[in-house]
Amino acid sequence: MQQQQGNRFFFNVDWITVLIYIALCAIGFINIYASVPPEQTAVFGFSTLYGKQLIYIITGLILGLSILLFDGRLFNVFSPFIYGGTLLLLMAVLVIGNKVAGNQAWIAIGSFKLQPAEFAKFGTALLLARYVGAFNPKFRDVKSIMIAGLIVGAPLLLIMLQPDTGSALVFLAFMFPLYREGLSGYFLLIFLGMIVLFIADFLVPTYILIIIITTIAGLFIYNNRRKQKIIFSTILVTIFAIGYLFLIKIAYEKVLAPHQRSRIELMLGLKTDNKGAGYNVIQSQIAIGSGQGTGRGFLQGTQTKYGYVPEQSTDFIFSTIGEEWGFMGCSVVIGLYMFLLLRLVNLAERQRSTFSRVYGYSVACILFFHIFINIGMTIGIIPVIGIPLPLISYGGSSLWSFTILLFIFLKLDSNRMGFI
Amino acid sequence: MDQLFNRKYIVQGLFIVIALILLGKLFYIQIISDAAFVSAESNVLRKIYKYPARGAILDRNMKVIVQNEPVYDLMVTPNEVKPFDTLALAQALDITFEDVRKNLKKARGKSSYQATPFLKQISVQSYARLQETLYRFPGFRTQDRTIRHYPDSVGGQLFGYVKEVSPTDIEKSEGFYKPGDYKGKSGLEFSYEETLRGEKGVINTVYDAHNTPQGSYANGKYDVNAVSGERLISGIDMRIQKLGEELMMNKVGAIVAIEPATGEILSLVSSPGYDPNLLVGRNQGNNYMEFIVGNPYRPSLVRPIMGYYPPGSSFKPVDALIGLQEGVIDPNTTFFCPHYYQAGNRKIKCEHFDGSISLRRGIARSCNTYFCYVFQKLITKNGMKNQRQTYQEWRDKVAKFGFGSKLDIDMPYERKGYFYTADHYDKIYGKRWGYTNVISQAIGQGEITATPLQMANAMAIIANRGYYIKPHLIKGIGDKNLVKKEYVVKNYVGVDARHFEPVIDGMQDAVNSSWGTAILSRIPDIVLCGKTGTVQNPHGKNHSVFIGFAPRDNPKIAIAVIVENAGFGSTYAAPIASYMIEKYLKGSVSGGRAAQVEWMKNQNLLPLLIDKTKKIKLTKADSLLLKKADSTKRIKDSLRIKSATIKQTVTTKPKELKTAITDKPVIQK
Repeated sequence: MQQQQGNRFFFNVDWITVLIYIALCAIGFINIYASVPPEQTAVFGFSTLYGKQLIYIITGLILGLSILLFDGRLFNVFSPFIYGGTLLLLMAVLVIGNKVAGNQAWIAIGSFKLQPAEFAKFGTALLLARYVGAFNPKFRDVKSIMIAGLIVGAPLLLIMLQPDTGSALVFLAFMFPLYREGLSGYFLLIFLGMIVLFIADFLVPTYILIIIITTIAGLFIYNNRRKQKIIFSTILVTIFAIGYLFLIKIAYEKVLAPHQRSRIELMLGLKTDNKGAGYNVIQSQIAIGSGQGTGRGFLQGTQTKYGYVPEQSTDFIFSTIGEEWGFMGCSVVIGLYMFLLLRLVNLAERQRSTFSRVYGYSVACILFFHIFINIGMTIGIIPVIGIPLPLISYGGSSLWSFTILLFIFLKLDSNRMGFI
Repeated sequence: MDQLFNRKYIVQGLFIVIALILLGKLFYIQIISDAAFVSAESNVLRKIYKYPARGAILDRNMKVIVQNEPVYDLMVTPNEVKPFDTLALAQALDITFEDVRKNLKKARGKSSYQATPFLKQISVQSYARLQETLYRFPGFRTQDRTIRHYPDSVGGQLFGYVKEVSPTDIEKSEGFYKPGDYKGKSGLEFSYEETLRGEKGVINTVYDAHNTPQGSYANGKYDVNAVSGERLISGIDMRIQKLGEELMMNKVGAIVAIEPATGEILSLVSSPGYDPNLLVGRNQGNNYMEFIVGNPYRPSLVRPIMGYYPPGSSFKPVDALIGLQEGVIDPNTTFFCPHYYQAGNRKIKCEHFDGSISLRRGIARSCNTYFCYVFQKLITKNGMKNQRQTYQEWRDKVAKFGFGSKLDIDMPYERKGYFYTADHYDKIYGKRWGYTNVISQAIGQGEITATPLQMANAMAIIANRGYYIKPHLIKGIGDKNLVKKEYVVKNYVGVDARHFEPVIDGMQDAVNSSWGTAILSRIPDIVLCGKTGTVQNPHGKNHSVFIGFAPRDNPKIAIAVIVENAGFGSTYAAPIASYMIEKYLKGSVSGGRAAQVEWMKNQNLLPLLIDKTKKIKLTKADSLLLKKADSTKRIKDSLRIKSATIKQTVTTKPKELKTAITDKPVIQK
């Protein structure tokens, strides 16, 4: 059937997604242009940040379109090798990587710098999709959960060793595709509960939390007093939760680096620090807030122009959008992202193969984690975690890895009628 | 597809919820709260102020009497300061090494990004020296300013002074004034602050995160140029102002001279005065303490408008005018003066021997008896029973001459003097009181007090034959030479013009006839009409008073001179007035009188200072006694021999309440 089409490579490609992709890249370029100091924008050149970004965007687009030329089935077939390759790169980066700002995350090949963690995401997504697609586990047994956990956990651990906590956190996004495939909702609830308890443990004395938890458990048991199984598991969860509370305290003191601790404390409002660790977040919020309703206008952002927000073209690019385009601009960007995410989920659901569906969910959820963490960080509702805003932040590795991630799915989607 | 298909909605729902959370927070920081916007402005904007020059003040001959001189504030932006040669800076500025350290620390405490004053009001000389080496001190820059300069070094109280605003000023102005602004604190500088101050300019400069200037903000859209203050033209004649202050050297008192036709004040001398240049520049605070607060004769009391003096004999022309207008006397009315006036069981003495005396001679000789009769007739004109009402009517008529209320001069802190109403006497005497209780007011003694300004104004009324224009110092504001509305209105006093000539006849005789009280103050070729007074002073030696105007026809100047504790009106106040008038009308004091001027300048009439530690506190019982004692007891007028005065001083000494220069009468309330 496909063979009969005039242009078989681009047949059935979801061009709307491609359009959103291009729009987001363009928004990225405009705001990177705005965020470089004014004296550098006088002359256009490929040595400037925005010049480089333009190259990344063009090459990224070429990369994306060439992915569409492949046969979709190849990604299924080669997924173990791709996964293995990214694992090797992650191990290699620990040995030969360049240390940048404390993280050993980059492999330099000439002037070209590669960040393996970015590529590990799609490698993992591919293998996980293949596993679920091939065995169709419903994640009711421990074994299948263990296997899926291993697939996600291996790169996660390697990235933690760099250490790049931000990128590692993104791997938690794989919980959602697994949930879609049958993983019990309790895992999500437990995950949510862990986050809530984590935050609560800083804001409320531990003994009060213990009283609250036991009270809730007691009421729950009382309501289900005839069901022994529920009583048993509730007691187990309660014990686990209380143990977790103490674990947090210990882990917080022993495991987290001081700068990570202070970022968490800043986010929770436990301390203020306008000059040190809090500087980024405060300046970013000032920049975004000063944009007000409609923004100061393109190139008019004073905070942006005069370098008040560090890391502005990379992790804090959203502050430029906020300042120069205001609430309107922010809404448009978030709206575009939401449209993209919801569409990706819809596209994933129309796949006939489980492989494609799991992969589609993975892409959507990885993007979602990036967007939520990045924007949340710039407006101070999430501690500072250095991960880029997909397709908008400056950086070749990040842009290309998202391009690859997305276009592989678009290719799979265009082949959805066939069996992969 | 399968039952798990529904989980799609949970995932999508989660996406939407999170997106709404993000948008909610964005909505808050971008639209609801403007804290971020304010912080953003303070991040990037540094305001550099350009201080305007205050308006100049000219005298009536267009001579500059208040001008500006450039000074420089050395500003420091602590963040931009790099290690520098502290000693070199200290030497350039003529301050100590320690001062440099201290000032820098103080500036750091205020703000590390904004420029704050390091050293204020550097002189032009220091500035020139500093300019050559300023490049060696990064983070320092100079800020142009102007300070006041008074070329004639006179008129301290008149001009007032300018000072950096206090936190209270800033609060009161609701943020109009900013720290570092200057503001007129007294005198004309205070009254015309809004005209003189001009508008501050501002240059908004954008700074980047490294605190490097990045040029003008919004292409200078919000920058404002400084606008200089408007100039004022004063009615003051600097020639006689200066002469007046010289004549009053080492004397305590006041001179007020008014141009009757316009109400413009020609001279306003308050003595002791001070050089206004003392209250300018870096030593302002020290000088203020030393020369203003430290002077026991209280230069801060602007005597022409704040000093209270019994008007004394100078009040008699007003009595006469009201008597004539009311018809209780006519120009030919005579009274018999037995050398005293019998008021009930008390006598008011007269110090001349004339027997039957006319109005004209009564004024010239300052006859107490005559005016007590006039007053008696006025108060009893409706019979003995209606004295309270007629007193109040009389008081209202006198009040039209400006007594007992402010004249609204364009200077701050003017006071209105005491002039009691019938109600007030009810409180003291109950319902039963008559003219004998208040008779001392007939000759300007007792409870009535007036400021020198009010006395001079009364003279302007007589010179104008029936009206006055509120006295004022400034006759032209700005380029359009505006004048305040209230200073062009004629205020009529309710006495017909025809009644003035007989009174003026008497005043002319007082100076120009052989039987007058001020015959030594005659001015060649000029008919000076006036009245001396030797005002009973409960606190010490009598005050010497002269009021008058000249020339008789088409008067050009009305004047009041008071020299405290100087004795006879004819000895000091009258000559001083005559020199002032001659200088004003002729341009100089001629002939042998020039030598007299020098003699007068050298007279030291400062009253003895009372040791404050011996101050006697008046008990309540004492003050009641004083209230009940009729004021007539203390009345002695004119021509008293000097020894008697000294004796009187001694006897009254225990009753001195404050310092020797308090001018309030003992009986106040």
